[in-house]
Amino acid sequence: MKLLGIAGSLRAGSYNRQLLQLAADNLPGGVEYAAWDGLRDLPAFDEDEENTSSFAVGAFRSAVADADAVLIVTPEYNGSIPGALKNALDWGSRPRDTAVFRGKPVAAIGASTGSFGGVWAHAETRKILGLMGARVVDAELSLGKAGERLAQPDDELLGQVRAVVDLLVTEASARAAAA
Amino acid sequence: MSTISETRTALPTGTWQVDPVHSTVGFSVKHMVVANFRGGFGTFSVTLDETGLRGTVDVASIGVSEPNLNGHLLSPDFFDAERNPQLSFNSTAIRVEGDKLDIDGELTIKGTTRPVKIAGTVTGPVAGLGDTTRLGLELETVVDRTAFGLDWNAPLPTGGFAVGNDVKLVAELELVEEA
Repeated sequence: MKLLGIAGSLRAGSYNRQLLQLAADNLPGGVEYAAWDGLRDLPAFDEDEENTSSFAVGAFRSAVADADAVLIVTPEYNGSIPGALKNALDWGSRPRDTAVFRGKPVAAIGASTGSFGGVWAHAETRKILGLMGARVVDAELSLGKAGERLAQPDDELLGQVRAVVDLLVTEASARAAAA
Repeated sequence: MSTISETRTALPTGTWQVDPVHSTVGFSVKHMVVANFRGGFGTFSVTLDETGLRGTVDVASIGVSEPNLNGHLLSPDFFDAERNPQLSFNSTAIRVEGDKLDIDGELTIKGTTRPVKIAGTVTGPVAGLGDTTRLGLELETVVDRTAFGLDWNAPLPTGGFAVGNDVKLVAELELVEEA
C-alpha cells in the first residue's frame, strides 16, 4: 500500500510538515511512503490548461494516481486552507472524468500554534475533497499548541496519528479488494 | 339489465420485462428550498412475474443536466457508486384495485435496505406492435435520502439547506410480456 504525504505549508520549519513526518515515521507494516513537495512549482489553475502537459502538474497528478491513499497535513490561513494547497487540489480535480482524486482515500489533518489546531482548514479541505469525489476518511486531527506537542510527541499524539493512517490503510485495502 | 363492471384485483400473470427505451426511472429533490431538481438513470432492469416486481438500476448511469454534478453524485458524498454500483427494489406485497397499485417492498440504496410503500397505476395489458403484449406501470414513492446514508448538504446563508432530504422516485415503465 502506497501512502502519499502532502504538506499544505511551504515554510521550511512548518509544524505541519513535522506532523506529516511524524506520521511517516510511525507507519504500520506494509505501507510504503512518499512525500510530494511540489506545491510551489504549480502554476495557478487555469481551466483552459486543464489538459496541460506542464511537467509540474503532470508530476503532481502522477504522484496522486500512483498512491493508494493520500494524507494531507495543512495549516489554516485566515480561517481557510492555504491558497497553494487549494490550487493543487484544483489541478487534481480536473479533467473531471479522469481526475486522480476520484475515489481516492484521503485524510486531511494539521496543526497550529493556537488552541484550535486549524480545525476550520481541515473541515474545508474535507469539504473540497468530497466535492472532488475523493473518499474522505472519517478522521479528525487538528493539533493545537503544535510547538510544544511536536517537540516531544507523546503517546496520545502518536496514537492519534496512527489512527488516521490506519483508517487510510483500511479504506485503501477495501478499494483494492473491490477492484 | 344492469351492468357489472369488474374491478381488477391483481396484476396479469406471466413474466414481464421492461422495455428500457420506452421507460424512465427518475428522481426529483428540492434544491435551494424552492425548486424541484430532476435527474434519472439510463440503465435499469425490471421484471414482473409470479414472485412480484423487482428491479435494479445502474448507479453509474445517473444523468443530470450538469455533467460536473454527475461526478459528485457518484462519489462517496452521495451514491458511492464505486462500492455500491446498483440500486435495487423487491416487492413484498402488491395490492391492486382497478387501476390503482399499492406496493410494499424493500429498496436498497448505497448498501442500505429499507421498507418502502409505492403508490401507482397500471394500464393495459394491450396488444402492441410486433406481436407483443404490453403493460404500463407508473410508480412513485418518497424516501428520506439520509436514511440511506446520502446525507451530503450545504447550509444556505440565511438558513435552510441546499438539497432537500425527501427525494421523490418515479418510475414510468412499459413492460413486455415474455413469449
